[in-house]
Amino acid sequence: MSIYLDHAATTPMLPAAIEAYVDAMSVVGNPASIHSQGQNAKRMLEEARETVARSVGCDPIEVVFTGGGTEAINLALKGLFWARAPRRRILVPGGEHHATMDTVEWLENHDGAEPGWLPLDRAGRVDPARVADALGTGAEDVALLSLLAANNEVGTLQPVAEIGEIAAVHGIPVHIDAVSAYGQVPIDFRALSGAGRTGASGGAGGSAGGIVALSLSAHKIGGPVGIGALVLSRRASIVPLIHGGGQQRQVRSGTQDVAAAVAFAAAASALGDVPARNVHLRALRDRLIAGVLAVVPTAVLNGAAPDGPDEQRLPGNAHFTFPGCEGESLLFLLDAAGISVSTGSACQAGIPEPSHVLRAMGRSEAEARSALRITLGRDSTGADVDAFLAALPAAHAQASRAGMNDRVPTR
Amino acid sequence: MSGGVDSAVAAARAVEAGHEVVGVHLALSRMPGTLRTGSRGCCTIEDSMDAQRAANIIGIPYYVWDFSERFKLDVVDDFIAEYAAGRTPNPCMRCNERIKFAALLDKAIDLGFDAVCTGHYASIQTDAAGNRELHRASAWAKDQSYVLGVLTAEQLEHSMFPLGETPSKAEVRAEAAERGFSVATKPDSYDICFIPDGDTRGWLAERVPASAGDILDREGNTLGRHEGAAAFTVGQRKGLQIGTPAADGKPRFVLEVRPITNTVVVGPKEALAIGLIAGSKFTWTGLAPEHPGIAFDCDVQIRAHADPVPAVAQVVSVPVPAGADSAGAGATDAGAIELVITPREPLTGVAPGQTAVLYVGTRVLGQCTIDRTVSAVPVPSAAVEPAPVAVPAARA
Repeated sequence: MSIYLDHAATTPMLPAAIEAYVDAMSVVGNPASIHSQGQNAKRMLEEARETVARSVGCDPIEVVFTGGGTEAINLALKGLFWARAPRRRILVPGGEHHATMDTVEWLENHDGAEPGWLPLDRAGRVDPARVADALGTGAEDVALLSLLAANNEVGTLQPVAEIGEIAAVHGIPVHIDAVSAYGQVPIDFRALSGAGRTGASGGAGGSAGGIVALSLSAHKIGGPVGIGALVLSRRASIVPLIHGGGQQRQVRSGTQDVAAAVAFAAAASALGDVPARNVHLRALRDRLIAGVLAVVPTAVLNGAAPDGPDEQRLPGNAHFTFPGCEGESLLFLLDAAGISVSTGSACQAGIPEPSHVLRAMGRSEAEARSALRITLGRDSTGADVDAFLAALPAAHAQASRAGMNDRVPTR
Repeated sequence: MSGGVDSAVAAARAVEAGHEVVGVHLALSRMPGTLRTGSRGCCTIEDSMDAQRAANIIGIPYYVWDFSERFKLDVVDDFIAEYAAGRTPNPCMRCNERIKFAALLDKAIDLGFDAVCTGHYASIQTDAAGNRELHRASAWAKDQSYVLGVLTAEQLEHSMFPLGETPSKAEVRAEAAERGFSVATKPDSYDICFIPDGDTRGWLAERVPASAGDILDREGNTLGRHEGAAAFTVGQRKGLQIGTPAADGKPRFVLEVRPITNTVVVGPKEALAIGLIAGSKFTWTGLAPEHPGIAFDCDVQIRAHADPVPAVAQVVSVPVPAGADSAGAGATDAGAIELVITPREPLTGVAPGQTAVLYVGTRVLGQCTIDRTVSAVPVPSAAVEPAPVAVPAARA
């Protein structure tokens, strides 16, 4: 018996996506070729691009397929930063995904970038007023602003539209990391980017302001791992990371992966009406949250309050701290009981790190080590939640005995 | 599971013996190297991946447990502090004492495990009354019982060493190859895992502040100057840079490092012969001797790969030092007890900070961190430090 409650890490591929993937893999033809078979491949690719574009409300030409969410984020951050030279400042909230944090730090160490880390409140939310403050004290040297649409650990939604408006006023381009929000909350790129926005039109050597770029990943919505997309506004100018055959608006060279794009599109078209679909997810999650707080009264729910349709929280996300327990111990004990959950993010050696998101939210090092993330997906059932709640008390009792004693010398 | 061949085979054997086994790799550094270099056998991400691949083949779950903070405090910082204090520590023993069979074992027991199983070459046996004993491995050349001498009876109760009865390392490698482990031919690790390039002296020099001081002979005469006492080890001959030759023209060796006065004592090679070692930090590996206050016969081993030497050992009360001029080195708190070991033939290459492990036959009896040594060759002129009087401790 194995119960999967780590859908934010990756969620099972949809049967329809697998079928589309396999079928497309047997089709020969490079979409860049001129002959009929190349044209057939190109048709499949562009249909896929249209489907993905529809799922986030953008034009197909604005969808740049990448090797995944991380590549999309790297392209957005580095590409916009380079295009905006000699501007140096990058405004970023604390608690972003490592794809953003590490890219910004790389630009700082190698390319003279000056990160301006924006604070998070106790719920993990960025206050738009702080963005206005940061831009008010000198927007002319700001290259770009990047933020998560929804935090991948604690599930807090950010006021991206509001922040986008503030940036647009100052002519600052904004990248939205929508990898964890995709499929969980509606995304309307056209509305976010203020298509047809007039006035703030970049100027010499700069991009237009406001939301111009948005990163997606296929495997978070039931598509395959290894493909994502950067939605890149027609208004944006960007320097490519990868040079070669000039595919995809010269922004991302390389033979395009038709089969992966087709499978991505199959998952995107299955999203359907996102809010309606997530009613079930939200109900399950609320049952999980109530259950956890009932069986472990000391547990603390992190992130925004789950308070109905207007809540500022991902519908599939529950995130707790369990004071006095290592999140790692809980993960291990639940795994032994056949239940897969997460502590948040793990580094490449498999060492659970204290949650940098909780640290950015003002929590202590100990609290940041005591975190557990439980995330639901479209296949999750009430029985999954019940099995988790049944296993939790014993795991919690044992993890409490183990305590945090590998951290602090005891003798 | 370090990512080496021994722990991989140990894990596989534990599974076959019917145990429910989980593979655990210890992350001992927050900044691990990515790839293995030279003879390193642990601590890089590559090693962690090797361990995971072995666990996959065995078919057991695998986790990385982060003990980097504990390791830094208990092993790395301790290593630096011991060196700065003029002693010669063994970080592998400290790791066994504080991490593998302490922090790791504690956590494992708390999480519901019964024992820690490692790829050490040592053997656990049971005496007639059911008490656990630690013995040397069958393969004497690979025997690692020395570094396990710090284990107490309670730790032995929760330890497993499946490689202890294996005749040779070659056999373990052959078994690993047969099992399809990629690490079957991986080189053995030597040296100290947290010093990546193996340059222990250079590594320490960056971390232990040095200031110039005097080089003395055994009579207390100043012979020259040094750049920092901690850089010297007992038995060292090179790098002394004393201008005037010894009266007898023979080379001089470091006999003692005194960090408190920042002095280094040198003398003839013969004076390196040690006739008595003693320390107040000692433990028994399993059942303690019935009458440790009465001198008993044993063998003493002072390094991982040294030969054991017949000796007499005894736990004694340390008398209150006469006068208030105890020079620091070797002085022990009044009222403390000490394990005093008298080898039947003098030992060489022994320095404070090292661990003396006592054996009776193949059985590990206990261990003691050496606080002080007494040369087998008396100082030619007036005695600088009187040999301590051994007083039998009250029987426990």
